[in-house]
Amino acid sequence: MAFVKFIVDGKECMSEEGKQLVEAAKENNIYIPTLCNYPGIPPKGSCRICTVLISGRPATACTTKVTEGMDIQSAVPELESFRKSVVEILFAEGNHFCPSCEKSGNCELQALGYKYTMMVPDFPYMFPKREVEAWHPKLLKDHNRCILCKRCIRGIHNNDGKTLFAYGKRGDKLLINIDPETSKDISDELAQQAMDMCPVGAIIRKEKGFAVPIGRRKYDKMPIGSDVEE
Amino acid sequence: MGETVHAIIRNYNGDPTRLMDILIDIQSQLGYLSEWTIEQIAKSLDIPKIDVEQTVSFYHFFTKEPRGKYTVYLNNSVVTGFYKVDEIVKTFEKEAGCSFGRVSPDGLIGLFSTACIGMSDQEPAAIINEQVFTRLTPDKVKTLIAGMKDGKTIEQLKGSSYGDGQNANPLMKATVKNHIRKKGEVIFSGDYTAGDALRKIKSAKMSSNDVIDIVKKSSVRGRGGAGFPTGMKWEVARKAQGEPKYIFCNADEGEPGTFKDRVILTEEPKLVFEGMTIAGYAVGARYGILYLRNEYMYMKKYLVSILQDMERDNLLGTAIGGKNGFNFDIRIQFGGGAYVCGEESALIESAEGKRGEPRDRPPFPVEKGYLQKPTVVNNVETLCTVVKIITKGHEWYNTIGTRESRGTKVLSISGDCEEPGIYEIPWGFSVNDILKMTGARDVQAVQVGGPSGSCIAANEFGRTLAYEDLATGGSLIIIGKNRDLLKDVVLNFAEFFREESCGSCVPCRALTGMSKLVMEKIVSGKATVSDIDRLVSWAPIMKKNRCGLGQTALNPILTTIKNFRHLYDEKVKGNSEIINPAFNLAAATADYEAAVKN
Ligand SMILES: Cc1cc2nc3c(=O)[nH]c(=O)nc-3n(C[C@H](O)[C@H](O)[C@H](O)COP(=O)(O)O)c2cc1C
Ligand code: SF4
Ligand code: FES
Repeated sequence: MAFVKFIVDGKECMSEEGKQLVEAAKENNIYIPTLCNYPGIPPKGSCRICTVLISGRPATACTTKVTEGMDIQSAVPELESFRKSVVEILFAEGNHFCPSCEKSGNCELQALGYKYTMMVPDFPYMFPKREVEAWHPKLLKDHNRCILCKRCIRGIHNNDGKTLFAYGKRGDKLLINIDPETSKDISDELAQQAMDMCPVGAIIRKEKGFAVPIGRRKYDKMPIGSDVEE
Repeated sequence: MGETVHAIIRNYNGDPTRLMDILIDIQSQLGYLSEWTIEQIAKSLDIPKIDVEQTVSFYHFFTKEPRGKYTVYLNNSVVTGFYKVDEIVKTFEKEAGCSFGRVSPDGLIGLFSTACIGMSDQEPAAIINEQVFTRLTPDKVKTLIAGMKDGKTIEQLKGSSYGDGQNANPLMKATVKNHIRKKGEVIFSGDYTAGDALRKIKSAKMSSNDVIDIVKKSSVRGRGGAGFPTGMKWEVARKAQGEPKYIFCNADEGEPGTFKDRVILTEEPKLVFEGMTIAGYAVGARYGILYLRNEYMYMKKYLVSILQDMERDNLLGTAIGGKNGFNFDIRIQFGGGAYVCGEESALIESAEGKRGEPRDRPPFPVEKGYLQKPTVVNNVETLCTVVKIITKGHEWYNTIGTRESRGTKVLSISGDCEEPGIYEIPWGFSVNDILKMTGARDVQAVQVGGPSGSCIAANEFGRTLAYEDLATGGSLIIIGKNRDLLKDVVLNFAEFFREESCGSCVPCRALTGMSKLVMEKIVSGKATVSDIDRLVSWAPIMKKNRCGLGQTALNPILTTIKNFRHLYDEKVKGNSEIINPAFNLAAATADYEAAVKN
């Protein structure tokens, strides 16, 4: 296995050649925020929050593989301000009411909102009219909260390897659909996996939403990324 | 019905990567894609139903509901708006008995609007059942609708006066006009005979490396907008691992105001196909695919017959030109109505039967493209140019144009001028030269390179069209002084990008819609200076989108804020930052009032 040296914000780092930049940075205790990326499933590079500058040019760290001598800027004002904007845009684009959400405290979007001390988004609230699909036997899909990261599409498949989730429409009408046939008799484990994979509260396993009370959840206790950073 | 569906699926061997063709053919025969049809497709291809649906719902022209025996798609582009399109809309609605977005109660006529259909020099135009109707007037609309009510065929509705040149070809019979106003030395020089470049390769015993070498020496750059050196692209694809390799000709032509590829394909289709073949020879590709926008469906029979002619003449197929081992076949892939599919990786996704979502790069298509094989994507005009370079030599080519921009550019010119149409000119002409050539007077602004380009004012009309100055994929929309630039142009473009974003990237998906909202606020006179500043502050955010669409989607707004700031200032004049002028108390409390009343 070949190891390479690379630089993030002036700090010399080392990792295996070809490793996903997000992961390689993590190994060196550097946190690059992500939303659509999820360990173990193919990256998509759609939320753009992990954007870094490589030799001055923007690239998403989740879709970039490290190479020898790569010179990366990440925690610079331009990018931190961009990342805050992405979080704010997501809040303004959908309908996110944290206090009533089953995922509060385990939500990556909410946690990033805290990390970037978001107050009032500087983007117009769109208040879109969106559905809540409660008729799937095992899952509840709340389109109001969906940030369209595509994790579920990429990561969740039934026993035949078929997808349960797929995109519908495009642009600002984009949504994630659930296949009524494939989703009918999924296992409890798969339903749980889908809920855990969802960064927000858009996929909820029925009857299990509040197993751990709000206030005692992951990001209630520690800010996002703090386990990575030194 | 079932038989039709299954026959079509069999036609494509039940191959899920041919889903686009399956959907297009079924819809063309049955009018729409019902739940039942989608289920059948899913079962036959052994993919989940939502997989089929995600492709269906991505494209503008696919529909799950019937859209009428006659389906009208009226162009809603900026230029259409210059020709009293409101009256056309009203007449359509009155005569058909339904509003736009709907089908008449008897199911006879459906009225829909659509983004630029590539007819900006003959607006207002509409597509009706895959055929194009141009220069619509209220009277023409009345006659059309009366004809529909009489049950006339689409051929009868078209009448018998066809356009010039090959538009009148018996296989096309289109009423579309070419409007070639100026022929240049490269594309429309009129001295091309099919097979010229292939014969040259044979007589001069050129290897594929020699071809790439000449293309590099000609320094020809891509005509699709990005201006990438063609020779370099071919060389990388040639060296890339993987078989078979593919050549795509990009004829998606979705940039509003652009229609040059339509005219090239109409008049010089063999030049285009020979260009693909030469690229195939140079790169070592076995197959070529012409990705043609759905709006140009009316050309299908004509182009298919041209391909057959070329096969018959041994200009395509196996052992081309008697050269053993040189095999190349071309097929046509239609799109489904999505501007983003002009982006090369989205185009490839679409040709694979999927949603037209741009891929993340690297890897680039030249390494992993169509079906993960090395793929070259070139614009129609680029491929034509190469044929001429091979035939006449790079020395000849290098005498045309400027030092950094060699050759000619085919321009699509539309808007407020006397002679809109096609102009092939050497690079290096100024905007002023062009305005003079086209008989444009009282010009307020020129939109260079379509909405993704820039909107310039008179102080920049001295600039020249060239890669080193004003680079353009080839469209110029001339905007007269009588136009309301913000309302008639910028707002229309903002809506275009909102509609056409694929939705994958957060900034592109959300800010296209949000910027349109702010723009509406500005146009209605209810915005403040901080709204303008806000739009400007979104520029660096959009630059981080994945593809060119998102990266340029704010250009109509940003370039007009830069070049026509006074128009914005007038709109916000006197509006205080302390109160929100757009706030409407009555509307905000309407729900409450209604509840209290009850
Ligand atoms: C949103 C978008 C739309 C595009 N549309 C077209 C198009 O309609 N035709 C085209 O040739 N190139 C288009 N392009 C550029 C292509 O991605 C690609 O660069 C081009 O086809 C390469 O061919 P060339 O090197 O011959 O120019 C588009 C790019 C973007 C980002
Ligand atoms: S920039 Fe826009 S059109 Fe391009 S990939 Fe991203 S969302 Fe899709
Ligand atoms: S995490 Fe990389 S783009 Fe979303």
